[in-house]
Amino acid sequence: MTTVDVSVLDGVGTSPRRPDGTLKVRGEFAFSSDLWHEDMLWGATLRSPYPHAEIRGIDLTAALALPGVYAILTYQDVPGAKRYGLEIADQPVLAMDEVRYQGEPVAIVAADHPETARRAAGHIAVDYLELPPVTDPEEGDLLRRVPVRTGDPHPTADVVVTGEYQVGMQDQAFLGPESGLAVPAEDGGVDLYVATQWLHVDRKQVAACLGLPEEKVRLSLAGVGGAFGAREDLSMQVHASLLALHTRKPVKMVYGREESFYGHVHRHPATLRYEHGATRDGDLVYVRARIVLDGGAYASSSTAVAANAATLGIGPYEVPNVDMVADVYYTNNPPCGAMRGFGAVQACFGYESQMDKLAAALGMSPVELRIRNALTTGSRMPTGQVVEGPAPVASLLARVRSRPAPPPSTPDLRELPGGVSNTTHGEGVVRGVGYAIGIKNVGFSEGFDDYSTARVRLELVGGEPAALVHTAAAEVGQGLVTVQAQIARTELGVERVTVATADTSVGSAGSSSASRQTYVTGGAVRAACQAVRATLLSRVAGATDVVGGKLVNAAGVVVADLAEAIGDEPVEETVEWRHRPTYPIDPKTGQGDAHVQYAFAAHRATVDVDVELGLVKVVEIATAQDVGKAVNPLAVVGQIHGGTAQGLGLALMEEIQIVDGVVRNPSFTDYLIPTILDMPPMSVDVLELADPHSPYGLRGVGEPPTISSTPAIVAAVRAATGKALARVPIRPEHITT
Amino acid sequence: MDFLRPSTWEEALAAKAAHPEAVPIAGGTDVMVELNFDRRRPPALLDLTRVAALTEWGGDGDLLRVGAGVPYRRIIEELGGRLPGLAMAARTVGSPQIRNRGTVGGNLGSASPAGDAHPPLLAAGAEIELASVRGVRRVPVDEFFTGPKRSVLAPDELIAAFWMRPARTGDQFAKIGTRNAMVIAVCSFALTLDRERRTVGTGIGSAAPTPVRAPAAEAFLAASLDWDSPGAVPPAVAAEFGRLVAAAAAPIDDVRGTAAYRRHALSVLARRTLTWAWEGSR
Ligand SMILES: Cc1cc2nc3c(=O)[nH]c(=O)nc-3n(C[C@H](O)[C@H](O)[C@H](O)COP(=O)(O)OP(=O)(O)OC[C@H]3O[C@@H](n4cnc5c(N)ncnc54)[C@H](O)[C@@H]3O)c2cc1C
Repeated sequence: MTTVDVSVLDGVGTSPRRPDGTLKVRGEFAFSSDLWHEDMLWGATLRSPYPHAEIRGIDLTAALALPGVYAILTYQDVPGAKRYGLEIADQPVLAMDEVRYQGEPVAIVAADHPETARRAAGHIAVDYLELPPVTDPEEGDLLRRVPVRTGDPHPTADVVVTGEYQVGMQDQAFLGPESGLAVPAEDGGVDLYVATQWLHVDRKQVAACLGLPEEKVRLSLAGVGGAFGAREDLSMQVHASLLALHTRKPVKMVYGREESFYGHVHRHPATLRYEHGATRDGDLVYVRARIVLDGGAYASSSTAVAANAATLGIGPYEVPNVDMVADVYYTNNPPCGAMRGFGAVQACFGYESQMDKLAAALGMSPVELRIRNALTTGSRMPTGQVVEGPAPVASLLARVRSRPAPPPSTPDLRELPGGVSNTTHGEGVVRGVGYAIGIKNVGFSEGFDDYSTARVRLELVGGEPAALVHTAAAEVGQGLVTVQAQIARTELGVERVTVATADTSVGSAGSSSASRQTYVTGGAVRAACQAVRATLLSRVAGATDVVGGKLVNAAGVVVADLAEAIGDEPVEETVEWRHRPTYPIDPKTGQGDAHVQYAFAAHRATVDVDVELGLVKVVEIATAQDVGKAVNPLAVVGQIHGGTAQGLGLALMEEIQIVDGVVRNPSFTDYLIPTILDMPPMSVDVLELADPHSPYGLRGVGEPPTISSTPAIVAAVRAATGKALARVPIRPEHITT
Repeated sequence: MDFLRPSTWEEALAAKAAHPEAVPIAGGTDVMVELNFDRRRPPALLDLTRVAALTEWGGDGDLLRVGAGVPYRRIIEELGGRLPGLAMAARTVGSPQIRNRGTVGGNLGSASPAGDAHPPLLAAGAEIELASVRGVRRVPVDEFFTGPKRSVLAPDELIAAFWMRPARTGDQFAKIGTRNAMVIAVCSFALTLDRERRTVGTGIGSAAPTPVRAPAAEAFLAASLDWDSPGAVPPAVAAEFGRLVAAAAAPIDDVRGTAAYRRHALSVLARRTLTWAWEGSR
């Protein structure tokens, strides 16, 4: 076979521009909240004001009397399954006899104007009997316990450090609120246009709740304004569909900003108790850990989050003896589920804080201690799984350590803690540096059948070969929108590639989460392209390869033009593609090859802290990450910047504050996310060490930056202040008292 | 909802007299948030953006008169030299977009304890000019605020302008927020040192039900500073001043911070701004 390397314009390894980039910057991109249909109605949701209450009655009379109201539905109007859920169907479509968290949907309204719909919702009289909420997870019902145990159950060590750490509830804080449009169809089904992360899992749940066969529920992806895990669970999908089927009219629903805080799951708050034992030389002997996650009112993806926390919970280190238990509990707090980093974030704050503490106890440098214990190719995880392929933990740390230190800050206020708020001209400012490294699984784990489907069609358009790529994979901002076309260009040697709108007329692509889409849907697109090539080759006698738009024979001689081989018969292939199987873990010992791929990133944070006022300015972040293969190098760096910013937010400001089950800051006025003055310049070192098992050797990119940036920043603040800082986000008063 | 659009000040006052329930809208950066969050459904809006007189400023002897509708951006660019404390506060408001539209008149109209324009107005002893078809009155700013989001503004009145002495000496403003931009004050502090008159003015934001002065701190400092000396402020004086400023506050615990932190931060800000203002005024 002739293997001539043909580099294709805008193929794999190049950085073509996002087709939606300019539109988004100019405010012209159509998000799901911009959907419109002739004659459409507007939906609104009545939500529980209480974290826990019995519903004794619902009176719709006054609401129904409002002119312009078309329908008001309660749980009694749900024709199919009354509950749904990603893993456990425990979440009511509309509350039945009880509400279990503040903001739980109780009734839905369709009206001819959004204002009317909202006002009607306000006129629904619900007779609640308030019940005491369970807000401490350790007093709640256990949802899942994941032990991971290996080695000696009673180890001893020269040096032992213990710590208890806490992670507050972070929000994904996407900018495009939950929204979509449901259009009733002639066949009694519904066409749903929605911003989501996984069309097919939505369809499965929506169809079940509507009591319809899946083929009567057709979903198309509408413009997604960010996701970060918050669109894995259903929000308005069933509600809008119910209203549309009931009124026989298209129904649009758009959550407001405040409502959005109640409309999706959040990152699990966690309490993490760790004990690390090491030899005097700094070799880790054992880790004992108890992680408690607050799952909130419904299961969502909590069970998988707990598994990640447990299986990744000692970090990227070799530890012979491990006794880890991660528990997730039900409470009456807001439901928690998927968010970028998925269980690995909370654990990393715990184990990396411990590594710093241990380094201090040993009198070692924190980086030295980490490098000494770093896992590498062939190391065994505490689950017994052997790490295959590159695992450059030590070299990532060494790389960030060797970056030149940022210069001291200048008197420009924008460079000082407090910024232009003019709180210091240098008084009280102390610099600190901190390091961290994290580990994340890529793809779905524990034996999940994790696959993607791609359909690729090659045909002549205006006499020229053109490819159409169709998958159901959700572009949520991560860049898949260029990746699919890049792969098709490289595989088919065709420059003209169109990516069709993601919808359910093609098979499932799996979720845009777990850093998996470039790997799994990228793999599916590549496989479909290869099938297209094979069909083409079979059409031309003697052809063995497609090179540079020509079919060649074994001798490398051109035997046909691509256009000739296509002729009037377009080639279309649909392929379902799977990564290597994973396996469940033993429920008692946690042993098993649960994960398909590990990804690593290291961060070094440099901060200036005003130690008198407790204000922090992150001065610089250096990061190094192995991505296997940068399919789109510019998009890779974008993911690393964005993920790091999200970790900075968790370190310093982002928290949904909850008192007695009630959210106190459901707005961007008081739920603060980093601004451009909070994000420092970054140096990003991208390694491309090919994974032998993945397409092009690539490694998932999206989540690792979020995981280690938080503990690196906290470590830097500790270095500057000498404070223990066992909780994130750090608040100024944690530093000043 | 009616949308009233007067094009002159007289028309605006007449409209407000005829529709006292109409909500004035200047930059709209508070009003539109309230409407969007459904916190308010007024029967009418009174758009002040066509009233040119509101966006003018000028001198009147010792005092500057600044129209209520001058946006923060112009305060920074055009009045930064004359009203440096207010300009520093303006620089901390929201984002460039908000500073392009938001006005001091709107800040006063909202009368939030966290309004960033308020502490420098308090420190400078500004007066607020209120007008109605009944006439014009000037209210000292420390009598303007009556409670959280409440003021002496009568239903038929509009805020015309504020009057302030240009700073000849040291003005300072500092604000605590939990991020480095676009943040509502956890607490804030403004200071005016007038070497010529040997007076001290203070303003505290976000640490009491209304923006407040710290009169005891002002009196202490005015008496303790060696006004003729070019030397530094004695640390003990600065520390006591900080303590008295913190004592003047009546903060609470809320989502933005704790009462204890606010007091602590105010004492630090008072000390630091004193040092800067004293040096700046030499
Ligand atoms: C994203 C964002 C960030 C913000 N950040 C800050 C900040 O950092 N610091 C801060 O202090 N504020 C901040 N604000 C609040 C707001 O920008 C300020 O309070 C601003 O000064 C309001 O001015 P405006 O002209 O937009 O007022 P408007 O919204 O037009 O009006 C505000 C109030 O004043 C009344 N009003 C306006 N003009 C008059 C008049 N001439 N006579 C009588 N009543 C009048 C209105 O009826 C209304 O009650 C922020 C707002 C937003 C949306």
